[in-house]
Amino acid sequence: MAKSDLIGGDLWEQYSKKVAARMNNPLNFGELTEAEADELGGTLVIANEGAESCGDTVRLFWIVDIKTHIIKKATFKSFGCGTAIAATDMMAEMCIGKTVDEAAKINNLDVEHALRDEVDVAAVPPQKMHCSVMAYEVIKRATSIYRNVDISTLEEADIVCECARVSLQTVEDAIRINDLTTVEEISDYTKAGAFCKSCIQPGGHEKREHYLVDILARVRSEIEQERNPNKVQSDFTKLSVVKKIKAIEAALDEYIRPALARDGGGIELEDVTSGENDTIQVHLSYQGACKGCAGSVAGTLTFVEQTLQKEVSDKIRGVVV
Amino acid sequence: MERIYLDNNATTIVDPAVRDAMDPFYCHMYGNPNSLHSYGIEVRPYLHQAMEQLYAGIGARDEDDIIINSCATEGNNTVILGFYFTLLKDTRKKHIVTTQLEHPCIRESCRFLEQHGVKVTYLAPNLDGMITAQMVKEAITDQTALVSVMWANNETGLILPIKEISEVCKERGVYLHTDAVQAIGKVKVDLKDVHVDYMTFSAHKFHGPKGVGGLYIRNGVSLPPLLHGGEQMGGRRAGTVDVAGMVAIGKAMELANTHLAYQNTEVRRLRDKLEDALLKIDDILVVGKRELRTPNTVYVSIRGVEGEALIWDLNQNGIAASTGSACASESLEASPILTAIGADKELAHTGVRLSLSRFTTEQEIDFTIYTINKAVSRLRKLSTSY
Repeated sequence: MAKSDLIGGDLWEQYSKKVAARMNNPLNFGELTEAEADELGGTLVIANEGAESCGDTVRLFWIVDIKTHIIKKATFKSFGCGTAIAATDMMAEMCIGKTVDEAAKINNLDVEHALRDEVDVAAVPPQKMHCSVMAYEVIKRATSIYRNVDISTLEEADIVCECARVSLQTVEDAIRINDLTTVEEISDYTKAGAFCKSCIQPGGHEKREHYLVDILARVRSEIEQERNPNKVQSDFTKLSVVKKIKAIEAALDEYIRPALARDGGGIELEDVTSGENDTIQVHLSYQGACKGCAGSVAGTLTFVEQTLQKEVSDKIRGVVV
Repeated sequence: MERIYLDNNATTIVDPAVRDAMDPFYCHMYGNPNSLHSYGIEVRPYLHQAMEQLYAGIGARDEDDIIINSCATEGNNTVILGFYFTLLKDTRKKHIVTTQLEHPCIRESCRFLEQHGVKVTYLAPNLDGMITAQMVKEAITDQTALVSVMWANNETGLILPIKEISEVCKERGVYLHTDAVQAIGKVKVDLKDVHVDYMTFSAHKFHGPKGVGGLYIRNGVSLPPLLHGGEQMGGRRAGTVDVAGMVAIGKAMELANTHLAYQNTEVRRLRDKLEDALLKIDDILVVGKRELRTPNTVYVSIRGVEGEALIWDLNQNGIAASTGSACASESLEASPILTAIGADKELAHTGVRLSLSRFTTEQEIDFTIYTINKAVSRLRKLSTSY
């Protein structure tokens, strides 16, 4: 929150003049027919993308020269808001004169840039960025139809943020390389989640396959795991009793028993039970010199408990039997 | 360009008579009504007069309370959150019944209480977009403390059977709150006839200013204040009284009732004229039976025409309306009302609401009919789905 966020509502006043002009008078709308394709000596491609139930549909028409693969004419139809109409109109225009392979490289960011009045001022407000994504997807669809290949072969791998076209790999790398800990930092570094915000967490504008909150949690836990390979930590409470016992025994062996042995003492695990507030009660009995030692009740127990909390799980509470 | 305002369910023009009534309290009679001196003394009669207008306007009895606050959102929060402290928190009554049609301020207040162990039932409307008394009856359990159902719906204008619901609540010994924001000034709201325990409203929905509202509390019904720290409003809402605002809401209430007959005849006639003209367009759906709606509202769904795109075209021609299109909102989930009436999923993105007021003229309606027809044919030409 900041001064600029406190008065909401502005949307249309953030559109560029080009966007507004194309909403009012799209230049490339309409249908192309087989007859027109024949006339131009090309082949007709018709691609559909989206579903009305999602709020946006677009149909792209191309006439392509089979010899040169150059798109000679492109038009569209659209069911969508003004931004979708303007973006699709610009996209259709950008296809004209390009080869199919060149057109397939146009993405929603190119379309948005082309709609800007000034190079460094966005053509649409952040929450409307996703409206141009459909324009990009339909090009892919048209390309796959023209080349007669499956569309999945053309799709970029695992895009997390459609608005800014950020892949899963990019997000993961950004978290790792820069040691990011918040979603805001991810947006600052990658632009993912900075526009329509759908990809930040479930419940946004549209459903997504990946959410930044989940990716962040997963990568962070991977990083923690790598830094402390012995640590069982986060999922400890969900482990079966046998695995819990094994993890505790391993820690006792590695960190605690050698220390106690120096004083001629020892320690045995007697039981593992669950306590209040998700804590795990670790029941221990002392052996050798520790048995009956005044310090073993307070000092030694604190040492044992803290070590187990650090190495195994912070949910552990030590109990002397 | 001349502009036409058909978004009166969002807010309304302040009636010039209301503005005249409030004007003296800015630069002339600006005293604090709690002061002992002449500046305080001289404003108090106007506050009493405003109270008379409000009590008469909604049929409250002298022993009941009407708290003047900032808006219905504040009133609704006061009721829902206040209930947590009076009943829900410490007794076995832990259940609220409300509807999916409510304003977000009810929904989010209830969600907040859910985090504190309160159970909430959100009733889904039936195929007509309505909530029936029977639905409320079936949802009430012996743990239910409060029912909160709006008097009229903002989107469709549908008037809910609040009298029947009040009888169910009385019979079951459950408190009833109603958000009457969309009802005041459009339909008769008389609490002598309808037994509700709490009712909320906002002045700006009936030609008063923004920033002032009312909360009715029936005599004998408890409710702790949301704002503590002053003796204003009998200690039920602290904060220096907005004198001009209070005078304004009183005047606006009086005028709302004066013009109720006009609302029912002339505004209704213009709305019906608009609606009939729209129904001549192919593949158009009007939500809600006409006789069950407030006289000023029509909610249409036009196949093949995305809501925000239509609103854009209307705005280009100076006409203000609003859309329930999910594209214009944060979530792409369909509106519960459109889902409820069984509309195709695609129609969820086509809903447009036109809401009139007593200031709407026949010429405005004629121009709107012409403009919508023009916009629909343009957008359908562009559309993939028409």
